[in-house]
Amino acid sequence: MKTKQNIYKAKRGVLEEYKRDLKSNASLYIMVIPVLLFYIIFCYKPMYGVLMAFQQYSPRTGIWGSPWIGLQNFKDFLTSPDFGRIFRNTLTISLTSLIVNFPAPIILALLLNEIRQKCFKSVSQTIMYIPHFISMVVICGMIRDFVSDKGIVSQLIAVFTGEQVNMLNNANLYLPIYILSDTWQGIGWGSVIYMAALSGVDREMYEAASIDGCGKWKQTIHITIPAIVPTIVIMFILRIGNLLSIGYEKTILLYNPLIYEKADIISSYVYRQGFEGQNWSYSTAVGVFNSVINLMLVTLANYISRKLNDTSLW
Amino acid sequence: MKKNRTLIKRSLGERIFELFNILLMVLLCMIMLYPILYVLFASFSNAAELIKHSGLLLKPVGFTTQAYKFVAKNPMILRGYANTLIVLVCGVSLNLVLTSLGAYFLSRKNVKLKRPITLMIIFTMYFSGGMIPIYFTVKDLGLLDSYLAMILPVAINTYNMIIMRTSFESIPTSLEEAARIDGAGHMTILCKIVLPLSKAVIAVIIMYYAVSHWNSWFNAMLFINDRKKFPLQLVLREILIQNDTSNMMQMVGIGEQSMIGETIKYAVIVVSTVPILCIYPFVQKYFVQGVMIGAVKG
Repeated sequence: MKTKQNIYKAKRGVLEEYKRDLKSNASLYIMVIPVLLFYIIFCYKPMYGVLMAFQQYSPRTGIWGSPWIGLQNFKDFLTSPDFGRIFRNTLTISLTSLIVNFPAPIILALLLNEIRQKCFKSVSQTIMYIPHFISMVVICGMIRDFVSDKGIVSQLIAVFTGEQVNMLNNANLYLPIYILSDTWQGIGWGSVIYMAALSGVDREMYEAASIDGCGKWKQTIHITIPAIVPTIVIMFILRIGNLLSIGYEKTILLYNPLIYEKADIISSYVYRQGFEGQNWSYSTAVGVFNSVINLMLVTLANYISRKLNDTSLW
Repeated sequence: MKKNRTLIKRSLGERIFELFNILLMVLLCMIMLYPILYVLFASFSNAAELIKHSGLLLKPVGFTTQAYKFVAKNPMILRGYANTLIVLVCGVSLNLVLTSLGAYFLSRKNVKLKRPITLMIIFTMYFSGGMIPIYFTVKDLGLLDSYLAMILPVAINTYNMIIMRTSFESIPTSLEEAARIDGAGHMTILCKIVLPLSKAVIAVIIMYYAVSHWNSWFNAMLFINDRKKFPLQLVLREILIQNDTSNMMQMVGIGEQSMIGETIKYAVIVVSTVPILCIYPFVQKYFVQGVMIGAVKG
């Protein structure tokens, strides 16, 4: 009896605490209301809209009025002939991008870090950041122009192959075009975060090491690289989490029906099925499939990295 | 300390490496810049000569500003510019208000509901409803074909808000406590103490939002059908991606059309990118700062 009373008291205590908190922080909670409204309307309401993946949705009847069909849309997707193609393309493009474009900024940062001429260093950094700020539409417009049959890149390639063609109509060339243009646009900006980590390294460590007879190479291995490992791990987790969400903007701007075979990815497929085919439920289901795998990947990567070296996102 | 470093002799290998390193960086800078220069040169070139020209362009061939004259006369481009500016100014203002309110809340201590609200916000970084449910949300709100459709769905970028929170957290609490004793409420503390002390991060956030508004086209493509409300990037898409320069050249003969279309493309790229590239060198350090503040907390 006594314990029950205690629990009751404790419960009341918690409630009281919340009440007091709401009262004393009332103005703070009022300030945060618009922020919460944004998240509820534009993030959580669409999550509720995900329910249409389990329906035969029609915009006229809405989620309340559309018939439920369970997992049918997911089954349709997994058994459709498109599934293999877009899943394979998504994986190929993102893995290649991971292999090429993940280490590239790290290497650039290490090399830039070795440059002693301060002025030259900052000028080249400034230049290398520029492409990051050019809009995707313009970048893709430039790519399309450069690799078109009269474009500058096609001309250069033609020196070796002898024939000048529109490279974007050749499915096999899509991957290198996509990846290398990403490198061009992202390498400089991607290195900023590693440069920040490198600037935190104590200069005296290098001096001490060189007095002990360590050459440049050994200094890099034992001082520089360990200093940026935590940053690398965090960036890697983020990257893994986004493995299946590669930029649809670029894909949609670059591809054409001739090369769907190699260029079409999950998110561009979602876009086409939804906005061009009006298969709302089906494309939502494909999108959900994508999001869920992403969420699992980032959780997994985070878990592994926490086990391995205590660095994690949360 | 500086003396010390020069005292340590560098081996021949190191010198060779340094030389190579510098050459490599010069080469990289050239690769970064050349495509941009090419576009610039081509935009000032004579269309007919440009088509005949092959190989690298090192200066405009047959200098002319004809392409720019066409661009300046084109109503769609001007409209696009105006629309983008409207969205940018209103959008960034709203971004700034909401992001600082949210960041202020997240940076408070001793608030009971902070943890659940933080979780609710962070979760959206890892899971989203996706393109189609968002489209229907906007549609149900009746925002299709309005400027608000380009502003409201991107009113807060969670990542930016976290950058701002990290910076707010570093402000000494003693300042706020003093203000609190003087009877200041949260709104006063935010406006009179926290924001004035965070000018650098505010600059960073403004740039991030401004660039994303300037460059965004996808939301506009989904939500805007009315050509009068097309932002600049959507106009560019028509010209660059869909190769539709026809509406720009009603006043030229057919033969000339296909030729001048080429240089017009380059000119619109220049016209749309120059504002960003002009401001960029002056604000670059803020962008870098942003990455660094963000890096502290991931």
